[in-house]
Formats: sequence, C-alpha cells, structure tokens
Amino acid sequence: MTNNLESISLIATYSAMAVYTLAFILFTVDLAGRAATDGQSKPTRWLHSAIAVLVLGFAIHFGAVITRGISAHRVPWANMYEFGLTATLVLVGVFLGINIWRDVRFVGAFVSGFAILALGIVAVNFYVAVSPLPPALQNYWLVIHVCVAVLGTGFFATGAALSASQLFQQSREEGKLQTRSWRFLSAFPSSETLEALAYRIIVIGFVFWTFTVIAGAIWAERAWGRYWGWDTKEVWSFIIWTLFAGYIHARATRGWRGRPAAILSLIGFSAVVFNYGIVNVFFKGLHAYSGL
Amino acid sequence: MRTAIILLVLVAFASVPGSLVPQRSSDPNGVIVFRDTNPELFRFYDSIQLFDTFTSVWFSSIYLLLFISLIGCIVPRSLYHWRILRAEPADEPASWVRLPFRRAEPATGGTVAALDRAEGALRKAHYRVVRNDTSIRAEFGYLRETGNLVFHVALVGILATLAVTGGFGWSGQRVIIEGQTFTNQLASYDSFHPGSWFNEQQLEPYGVTLESFTPEYTKDAVNDAWMPIDFTAKVSVTEGNAMREVVLKVNDPLVAGNSQMYLLGNGFAPVITVRDPQGTVVFDQPVVFLSQDSNLTSVGVVKVPDGLSEQLGMQGFFYPSAVDLDSGALSSNNPEPTNPTVTLNIYTGDLGLDSGVTANVFQLPVESLTQIAGRLTGTDVVLTPGDVFQLPGGLGSIEFTSLRRFIGVEIRHDPTQLGVAVSTFFVVAGLLASLGTRRRRVWIRVRGTARRRELEWGGMSRGDDPRLDASLDRLVGKTLSSAAAKMRGK
Repeated sequence: MTNNLESISLIATYSAMAVYTLAFILFTVDLAGRAATDGQSKPTRWLHSAIAVLVLGFAIHFGAVITRGISAHRVPWANMYEFGLTATLVLVGVFLGINIWRDVRFVGAFVSGFAILALGIVAVNFYVAVSPLPPALQNYWLVIHVCVAVLGTGFFATGAALSASQLFQQSREEGKLQTRSWRFLSAFPSSETLEALAYRIIVIGFVFWTFTVIAGAIWAERAWGRYWGWDTKEVWSFIIWTLFAGYIHARATRGWRGRPAAILSLIGFSAVVFNYGIVNVFFKGLHAYSGL
Repeated sequence: MRTAIILLVLVAFASVPGSLVPQRSSDPNGVIVFRDTNPELFRFYDSIQLFDTFTSVWFSSIYLLLFISLIGCIVPRSLYHWRILRAEPADEPASWVRLPFRRAEPATGGTVAALDRAEGALRKAHYRVVRNDTSIRAEFGYLRETGNLVFHVALVGILATLAVTGGFGWSGQRVIIEGQTFTNQLASYDSFHPGSWFNEQQLEPYGVTLESFTPEYTKDAVNDAWMPIDFTAKVSVTEGNAMREVVLKVNDPLVAGNSQMYLLGNGFAPVITVRDPQGTVVFDQPVVFLSQDSNLTSVGVVKVPDGLSEQLGMQGFFYPSAVDLDSGALSSNNPEPTNPTVTLNIYTGDLGLDSGVTANVFQLPVESLTQIAGRLTGTDVVLTPGDVFQLPGGLGSIEFTSLRRFIGVEIRHDPTQLGVAVSTFFVVAGLLASLGTRRRRVWIRVRGTARRRELEWGGMSRGDDPRLDASLDRLVGKTLSSAAAKMRGK
C-alpha cells in the first residue's frame, strides 16, 4: 500500500512535469503571438489554455505531494526531494494565486519553465524512497519551519521572475533589445509596474523568511541546545535575509530603485537556490537531513 | 539608507567564509582536521580569523558599523515621528491636480451634513481628522513608521541583549553512563565553555542519574541500513531534597536548576575488569567507546596506570553485532548488541599520566609504548561478555564483564534567550505592522456654486499603494450610502 502510493506519487510528479511542459509551450506561443502583432499587448487565445493546463498540472502535482505525504505518514518536506517537490508546488500555487489578485500571466512562461527545471532536477538527482525520520526531525517544528521556508521560497522565486522581466523591460525601454526576438516584452507591463509587483511579492517572501529563521532558531534551541550557532545552513539563511533586507532598503532609496534593486533581488534568489542546491549537498553541517 | 544597503550587502558577503571554512564555534573538529591537512594555509587563514568569522575583527566591525548607522538613523527618525504623531494632519497641497485620487460628489443635505458624514467615515476608518467649516484634513497610517521604528529598535535590542547578557552564559558537555550520576559542578564536566563573566556560583547544585537508555532502530529497506527512530533516556533528577523521574529525549530537553540538558549523543560503554596475577581486581569500570558509523562500530581506550607491575594501555574496537568479513576483520551489522565484541591492542609502558600535562582520555601514546598483544602480535584479543584474556608474561588478566550504554549531553545556561525572544517578537510585530499599513492623506473641500455644492475629495499615499483608489472610493461610497439612508429616513 505504502509502496504503491509512493510510486503513484512519482508517476504523478513526472506527469505534472509533462503537463507543465505543455503549459510552458502554450505560454510561449502566447508571447510569440503577441510579439507578432507588434505593439499590441492583448493576450492571445492561447493564454487561457495555458492557464487551464497549468491548473491541471498543479492538480496532478498536488496529488503527487499528497500521496507522498500519506505514504510517508508525515508532512512531505523532510528531505531535499520532498522539499523540492513541495516548494515547486507552492511556487506554481503562488503564481496562480497572485493571478486572482492581479494579472501576472505574462510571467507564466518563466514560472512554468522554472517549475519544469526544478522538478526535473529534483526528481532525477535528489529522489529518495520514503524512509523513517531520525529522532531530531520528529518534531512539530518540522511542519512549521519547513512550511514557511517553502512558502518564502515560492514567493522569492516569483519575485525573481518579475525582477528579471523588469531588467529586460528596462533595457528595452532605454532603446536596447529592439530586435524581433525581444518583441514579446511588449506583452509585459512597464518596468516600473514590474518593479512594484516584484517588490510586493518579495516583501511577503521576506516576512515568511523571517518566520523561517525564527522558527528554525526556536527548533534549534530544542534540538541542539542553542538557538543560533552559525551552522552552515544558518549562515546562508542569514545571508538571504540580509540580502533581501538590502533589497527592501534599495527600493526606498533614490539611485537604487530600478536596476540595482532588481539585481539585488536576483542575487538574493540565487542565494536561496544556492542554499538549497549547493549547501545541502556539498557543505557539512547540522542540517544534514538531505537524505542523499 | 545608502550606507545601510552597502553595509547589509557587505555583512551578507562577509558571512560567506563562515560557511566555507570550518568554524571553531560550530565545527571545532573540522578546524583540527584542516590544521593537520593544510598547515600552511591554516596559519594564513587563522591570521585573518577565518576560523572565527563571526567574532572576527572584520565581521564585527561591519555589523557594528551597520548598527551605528542604524542607531544614527533611528534617533532622528524617532524624534521626527514623535513630532508628527502629536501634530495635526498635513495641510492641503498647493496643487490638487497632482493628487493621485480625486473625486467630487454632490453635498447631499447641505455642506455641513455632508462634511459630518465624511468626518464620521474618516474617523471610523481610524483617520486622524481636523475639521474646519469648509474643509477636512485627515491622515492615516502612523503605524507604518511606528512599526518600522519598532522593528529597527528591536534589532538593536537583540544585539544589546547579546552584548549585555551573553557573557553570563555557559555550556558544557558530559558523558553519562547508565547507573552513573552527574552532579552539576565544574569538575564534573568533560568540557566546559564559560562566558566571559561566568563564575562558579552560577552552577546550581543538582544531580542527574542515567537509569536507562533505550534506542529504537528500524531497517531502512531501500538503503539496507539501520536508522534510529527514537532515543529515550530515563533519568532521575535530584534537586535539593526532591527527586523526580524524567524522560530525556531529542527535541525535549530537561530543565534543572538554571540550566537545560540536551540529549545529543549515545553509545556503548563495555565494562572492563583487570585483575593482577593473584586475582585481585585493579580496574573495573565501564569504558566509553565512541561510535564511528551507523551500526555503532566504536573505538575506545583503556588506561590502567596502577595495580599491575607495569602501566597497561589498551586501544580497541567495540562491535555491537560482530560479524566476520571476508578479509578476516570484524564488522558490525546492527546497532543493537546482538553479538557484542571487543577487540583490543594491549600495550605496556609509560602512559604519560604522571607528567602533569592533561592527557586526552581517547588517545594513547602508542609510539612510546610496547605492544604485548593484539593485532600483528600473533595473539588476537577478541572478547565477548564473560571472556577472560590472560596477559602474556603473567602480568594479569582482562575480562569483558558486561555492557552498558552511555549518553552524551550538553548542559547549557543561556541568559540571552529571554531578551532575544522578546526583541524578536517586536521585530516581527514591527515588521508586520509596518508592511501592513499604508500611509494615506485625505483632504476634502467644498466647491461648486451656491445652488449646487459638492465635496471634493483628494487623496494621496506615501510610498507604493496600489489600493489607494479602491480604499478611498469605498470611503466616499460609505458617505453616499449613509446620505441616501438618511434621505430615505426622512
């Protein structure tokens, strides 16, 4: 039974990747269609299908996460594979959620592309079978600490997509990137709007990240006897927090708005990716629960 | 702000070496290994304090600068905000044309009634309002700056707490074998790290006896390895005249006196009995063997300085579930003691215990000793419980008498916790209050001809505020609907 669910989860993961790929293609076709009708930024009919397909992929992905959790009898974020699986789901969820609040479908290609990449890397390189938790992880703080970390990561990723678009858009507004292949940028809002959007989303990510660090500190106090000890993972969480704190200040400072702020946001998100992909795998430290 | 950004980015980058190079604070063994493998590079790194990144001069100076700039920013801003908090809402702008929100509505029921309604709606929405005969000035969202200042002051609070109370903390490690009692005094610790203002009176007297330690393992079918799923230490704690039984687990520290005890490690302590040729017991105690792998293959050292005609030293392995490998060596295939076995190399000579230099209990100076039994001597020493080995030359005998478990605990008193926790609470509260509040200003003036008066609303926000229009439209809408309700009532 358990093994069954586990393989169902893996099949669902690969199916979600396939569906996301279709969504990615549709998003790209939409952007290309808009590029063709120069200057017009009206969405094409492909965009509706793209969102519908993305929602379908999200549902399958959600099933993959749930079945993984049921087969493991715990929250599905106790090792790198599960963290990646769940964080990607949250990323897509955050993207879909933001669309209810405001139309950001134009970054759909970015988001679905990133989701495919992340899921692919995670499923191929980090996959581990369900295994029991070591005593240090058997704690409700696992639920809280990693949950907010996953949420923070999802918001930072969406923010990074917007900051990247902002950089391209700004160059285009300055008269660069005028070739045909960049014309899809006319489908995007102005760099100023993109920056405002990115900021609001990253600020939410920052709040979640603050909670991640605090929840981690409380848990570390229970498990290891100290709330802060500059463990490698703690160092990188701190680096991420300071970088985004810098970003938030940059947004409010003349001369740092625009390009410098967007670059800071991208550096911050690279630190998030580094913290997950490199620190977990190659650095030693107390957070050695990657399960690899 | 520019300084703050640069310093924040600098702090972030300055932290990176702290994750690349082993730190004395979090990974002291890593530092020793680094010294042994790279002595040249070690000296260079050490000279620039790379092994103590977070207490180094350069890291400290960056964060101190950051906090100085922070305080230099907080103080004038607080004074200014204090004035603003007691001041009236801002005067109306010279030019209404540039206000992002503008809307005019007929002053139903007369200007006074319309202004009343507007004032009521603004007050209900927690605006601070100043009303004149023909105009209203209102302002909202002082909490944004208040929260922002609270956030930054609380960050200073964290640093101040660490600076003031940090020196009174202490921590120490201790191994407790089943049946043993740890008494909380300096001499009982295996290692101890006092804060700079520590004094011995801080150690409150209590005793902790390890009654039993029970691990639980499960076979991980995929990796074909045993994994721990539970560690339970039953201890009895004596404080004053009171004694209590407590279960100590990972993630569930024990509180005793002013300190907390954390379960961090465990392993086996085989009881070794050494007798002289007459059969008199000269050594009889459990010896801690430190585990090396997930099946708890462990290494340990036994030192018998007195009682025999020569000093005796032993270095060996312990296998909880010994199995023979093809190579002839032993290995353990289970962390539970299904076939507990000790193998020993036995030496005689000067153990170096009388020289006055503190000796590491887990090291034996084998270079200066003479091996008399064990590996490569032709007489292997392989003992299971109850086995006795007769030492060559009639020196005496060694017995693996029984087996006990031990736990490794960390005992800690951290007076920074409360202050940091309170400060952190205000960090979060300030952050949420600041980010969740919009600073908005609203002005209302009476316009139009004597026959058709109308109220003109103008609004603006300081900073990004995508919901300004929606929020003010709703506010205006409320005054209209209440006007309509009043009209209907008449």
